[in-house]
Amino acid sequence: MATAESYVLAIGTKKGLWLASSPDRQSWSLSGPHFLMSEIPSIGIDTREGRTRILVGVRSEHWGPTVFHSDDLGETWNEPENGAIRFPEDTDAALERVWQIHPDAESRPGVVWAGCEPISVWKSTDGGEHFELNRGLWDHPHRSEWGAGYGGAAAHSIVVNPDGEKVHVAMSTGGVYRSLDGGTSWEPRNKGISAYFMPDPNPEFGQCVHKIAADAAVDGRLYAQNHHGVYRSDDDAESWESIAEGLPADFGFVMLTHPRRAGTAWVIPLKADGERIPPGGKLAVHRTDDAGASWKRLDAGLPGAEFNSVLRDAACVDAAEPAGVYFGTRGGSVYASADEGEHFTEVASHLPDVLCVRAAAVVGAPVPAAQAAASA
Amino acid sequence: MPEISVLLPSVLQPLAGGQSILTAPADGAVTVQWLLDTVAANFPALSRRLRDETGAVRRYVNIYVNGNEIRRLQGLGTEVAPGQEVLIIQSVAGG
Repeated sequence: MATAESYVLAIGTKKGLWLASSPDRQSWSLSGPHFLMSEIPSIGIDTREGRTRILVGVRSEHWGPTVFHSDDLGETWNEPENGAIRFPEDTDAALERVWQIHPDAESRPGVVWAGCEPISVWKSTDGGEHFELNRGLWDHPHRSEWGAGYGGAAAHSIVVNPDGEKVHVAMSTGGVYRSLDGGTSWEPRNKGISAYFMPDPNPEFGQCVHKIAADAAVDGRLYAQNHHGVYRSDDDAESWESIAEGLPADFGFVMLTHPRRAGTAWVIPLKADGERIPPGGKLAVHRTDDAGASWKRLDAGLPGAEFNSVLRDAACVDAAEPAGVYFGTRGGSVYASADEGEHFTEVASHLPDVLCVRAAAVVGAPVPAAQAAASA
Repeated sequence: MPEISVLLPSVLQPLAGGQSILTAPADGAVTVQWLLDTVAANFPALSRRLRDETGAVRRYVNIYVNGNEIRRLQGLGTEVAPGQEVLIIQSVAGG
């Protein structure tokens, strides 16, 4: 294995995982597929403590969901013997899909969070090999009233404050829930987020929040891409205000924030509900650098016509300077920008539907996939 | 002691140490549930592919006893006699 630093872009699709690598984030080489014919709805790249562990949620239509990890950039994959995520017997529930794998802060190495279907949050303290169900959210009295979005009932966003005590979770449908005690107890925090599809459009919970992300440099600031509506909160989700003005559409699934800079976030608008395509068939990323007061359209390098949507986890940023922005479409195209979205290059095309992408600087580079190592 | 055989599809055989057939000793009729518990006891990853945490057979996993799919019999309570074979086949669902 090479020892030079490179960038890896992990691409989870409806029918397998591909790994792209690049020395400079300009030219990319693709390897794969791993886990051919299994969907990969979640990826976490854990680069803490100087190592690289790629965690993937894998789901076979036949054989069910599981979590694999690789410590050698995809050369080999390991599955904990008894499964990383298993519902305790008393819940009478079964794991359907792992929607989110989120390595925690550098200061908490080994801690990895997972968001799953049925709606649940899990925490691992051993690098993602074994997860424990968060009982506070699982036993929440609102549970029976949470619903399923079209893709399933998902806890899809987990945002953990640096102190580890404040945790925000977003679910579709249910909305945003906040814990101030590290996940022991949870309260809905959706004031200002519309649920136009409900008889009461301003309920305490039940919103279809598609994705939330935290501002890296402003404590208490969050952004949300809702099922219609783009919002910001400056008070830890106590209240939300619209920042959709200036966007061509307020629907979408993606919400990304800059790894370090205050006020910078990206969305990928879709026209909806009648047409879930980029507005006018013109794919573009939109970035704000002033916390949503204004938006800049970014489409350099993107196709002139695109009628596929971009799903909530099919977009990510890396931690480099300037930050890289990556996303994939349901048409199987993947794009990368090394300059915060100013210019995109196509990394891959004609893949299955892209469900999830994650990127990071790593030591070494992925090798061509050994399909046999990742069967079933 | 007589045995009951469970035949695995090729895609699952790596999870059973490369074996295509797993056997369980039985001197009388047993249920499919007992049989799966027994033959997969040493192969937890294989067990998870067949049944979820609640013990239910996954939707697109088909288990046949004497040519009959157990969902049309008594499900996991279907009895299997010594000398019979149990066949596991993935459904042809998918796209």
